[in-house]
Formats: sequence, C-alpha cells, structure tokens
Amino acid sequence: MTTKTPAQSRPLSPFMLGQYYRFQWTSLLSFGHRITGIGLTFGTALVALWLIALASGVDTYGAVAPHLKAWYGQALMFAWTWALMYHLCNGIRHLFWDIGVGFELKTAQRSGTFVVLGSIVLTVAAWAVAYIA
Amino acid sequence: MAKTSKDLKSPLSRARGLGSAKDGVHHFWVLRISALALIPLSLWFVFSLARLATGPADFYSVQHWVSAPSVAVTLVLFLATALYHSVLGVQEVILDYAVGSLRLTLLLASQFLHAIVAAAGIFAVLKVALG
Ligand code: HEM
Repeated sequence: MTTKTPAQSRPLSPFMLGQYYRFQWTSLLSFGHRITGIGLTFGTALVALWLIALASGVDTYGAVAPHLKAWYGQALMFAWTWALMYHLCNGIRHLFWDIGVGFELKTAQRSGTFVVLGSIVLTVAAWAVAYIA
Repeated sequence: MAKTSKDLKSPLSRARGLGSAKDGVHHFWVLRISALALIPLSLWFVFSLARLATGPADFYSVQHWVSAPSVAVTLVLFLATALYHSVLGVQEVILDYAVGSLRLTLLLASQFLHAIVAAAGIFAVLKVALG
C-alpha cells in the first residue's frame, strides 16, 4: 500500500488567494502588513548603514549625506516612515485580534479604515512638526 | 518496554517531522512582546528621523544627536528590538512560501543578515556615542 504522505500534498498559504477567496479590501490591508514588514526590514538595514557611515567619520558620511537631502532620499524616508506607521497601526489591530477583540466584520472594516487614516495622520504629523520646528 | 520520550512525540510523529517543534508558542509571544515594545520606539524614531532629515543632516548635527546618552540608548533599543522582531517576522514569511532546501537556505541567510545588521548598527551607535 503506497499512500502519498501529507507532506507532499499540503498546500502552502498563498493557494487560497484568487481561487477561493473573494477579493475584499481588508485582504489588501492584511497583505499590506506583510509587504510593509518586509520593506521595513530592508529600511532598517539602510538605517544601520547610515549609522555605519556616521561612525566611519566625516569623509564617509559626507559621501552619503547628499543622497539624504536629494529628492529620492527624502521620498524614500517619507515612504519608509509611512510604512512603519501603517505597520504600527495595523500591528495594534493585530494585537487586539490576538486577545480576541474586534473580529466582527463591521468592526474589522472600521478598524481597517482607522489604520489607513491613522498611518497618514501620524506620518504627515511627524514631517509637518519637523518642518515647522 | 517502558521507553518514554522526553518530547512527548511518538516515534512516527518525530520521523515525519511535521507539527509542533515545541517553540511555536514562544515564537508567537516574543514576536508580540517585541511588537508592543516597538510602538513607542517606532514613534520616537519616526519623529526623530523626520526632524533630522528636514534639518541640515550633515555629519556634525547627526553626530551631536547620536552622542546624547538618552538618544544613543534609545537607538540601541530600537535597533535591537526591531531586528529581533524582524528576524521572527521574516521567518514566518519564509515558512509560508518556501519549501525544501530553499527554505533552509533562506532561513539561514535571513538569520545571518539580521545578526550582521544588528551588530553593525549597534556598534556604530556605541562608537559615535563613546568616541
Ligand atoms: C522597524 C520595525 C519593524 C519591522 C522591521 C517589522 C517587521 C515585521 C515582519 C517582517 C513581520 C512578518 C510579517 C508577516 O508575517 O506577515 C511582522 C509582523 C508583525 N509585526 Fe512588525 N515590524 C516592525 C514594527 C512593528 C511595530 C511597531 C508593531 C506594532 C504593533 C508591529 C507589529 C507586528 C505584528 C503584531 C506582527 C504579526 C502579524 C501577524 O499576526 O501576522 N511591528 N513585522
């Protein structure tokens, strides 16, 4: 008797997408948590590189500094801070789910809206305060 | 034949290598505890970064900022917690999508890279703050 072991036939998680799930905007939010999580990891590596450049002295830092002030450097930092604020707000939503709060469909959709709005407000606030101060 | 197994798994279950490896709950908890710690740390870092990036952002102003003991300590905490949280998070992502030897390769690569980034970042902060 030869039966296929479960290990060979077990599906991995993305198989549900498209085939079985109707698209909902909350799935986009959920996907966004993973995308921002990965993006933040790379961004944190850039933060470490920036600190290494600083620790290497004036000359090395001087080579890096213009990129920070360039439009693409500023845009990247703005995007990274937004990704972090999005992941933070949605992370809080996740932590509430972990203690069993907020699973009702209406609540989940509403908290999703708060996450998007909250992340925009926090990001804009951080940069606006910086510009004014 | 009173052979008892310390890890409570049947020999068949161990041979199949599926199911709990006994550290799933721990993984779950430390990821969430690090997330909790990252809430204030991330808010602090985002507001600080925006402040620096809109300023002159030259060597001396950034060096001056990092050298303040409160900033240096908070930066080390932020880097350590973010990278610890990240290595656990990335592990979850790899386990979801990669199988076979690719899985092991990616897991090892991720862990080595996270360790390098954490060591480099924290060393840099200490060097600037103490130097
Ligand atoms: C630089 C900072 C951060 C990095 C690099 C990072 C990275 C990641 C990564 C890669 C994942 C795995 C994604 C997945 O499994 O889909 C993750 C998951 C998670 N993160 Fe973060 N994160 C950061 C900050 C935060 C913050 C501030 C919070 C605040 C609450 C947070 C809460 C969470 C939670 C709750 C999960 C688990 C989500 C789930 O249940 O699937 N993270 N993070």
